[in-house]
Amino acid sequence: MSERIAIVSGGSGGIGAATCLALAAGGYQVLVGYGGNEAKAAEVAEQAGGGAQAIHLDVTDEDSVTAAVARATELGTLGAVVNNAGVADDDLLLRLDAARFDRTIEVNLRGAYLLSRAALRPMLRARHGRIVSVSSVVALRGNPGQTAYAASKAGLIGFTKSLAREVARKNITANVVAPGFVETAMTDDLPDVARQALIDMAPTGRGATPDEVAATIAFLASDVAGSTTGAVIPVDGGAGI
Amino acid sequence: MSQDLFATFTELLTEEFGVPEDDIKPEATFEALGLDSLDVVELTLVLEEKTGVKLEDEELEDVKTVQDAIDKVAEKQA
Repeated sequence: MSERIAIVSGGSGGIGAATCLALAAGGYQVLVGYGGNEAKAAEVAEQAGGGAQAIHLDVTDEDSVTAAVARATELGTLGAVVNNAGVADDDLLLRLDAARFDRTIEVNLRGAYLLSRAALRPMLRARHGRIVSVSSVVALRGNPGQTAYAASKAGLIGFTKSLAREVARKNITANVVAPGFVETAMTDDLPDVARQALIDMAPTGRGATPDEVAATIAFLASDVAGSTTGAVIPVDGGAGI
Repeated sequence: MSQDLFATFTELLTEEFGVPEDDIKPEATFEALGLDSLDVVELTLVLEEKTGVKLEDEELEDVKTVQDAIDKVAEKQA
């Protein structure tokens, strides 16, 4: 039987790394996509096992995305992609120039478009596929200082729902995971006030762990999740209640 | 050439999309055969595997019938 391959963009980061491990535990051979941190991605691949490999994957570069998908199809059947690569460049809107806004959209939203589109061809041929995008609770609720980030993450939701409708008949699902506050290197950069505001949104009174987010992604990437599509699944400690 | 391609399309449409062989005629539209736009894209992917001919998405815009598709492929093979 051919290997089932999963590609995770931003696989060297907090949620990404945990996702690679969870997918490997679920039987996937994982391609750990990294933009800059090759050493960390290699470490994640080694931890994940199951033939996981670190691959350079710049989601803003179509050639890089195409090469990653080609690598997956050389190794086996591309079963899942996780659009996890993201940047947060937070500032009040009045201070946020267009270049910074564009960059956030380019990585977080256009990157997911490029990777999903490239993955769709082999998935269509296999008549099977799982596309999971990592959004955020701020896409649903908003957060001061995060207009660009929230817009990009809300864009992922509309993108996913439309894609889910397009490809559902082909046994390909597209879903969104919407974490609330998660303790990662990316959220370390948040000002204390913004961090506390995110934690305070959650009735659980704490942030989610990367493993909790990863477990939800791994479920959506699994065979048994075939009837879940176009969904936005919060992992936010109840912040959306 | 055209006969061979018709046979190729017949095989693809029956095997991959479950279209009854009797319904497949050169003048039949893909829509009438029950294929939607996503199916037509998928058809081109299979076609590429079988014949090595790659039809670009914009080339599919005026492809409505089986014969239209055969003509496009023949044109590319020439």
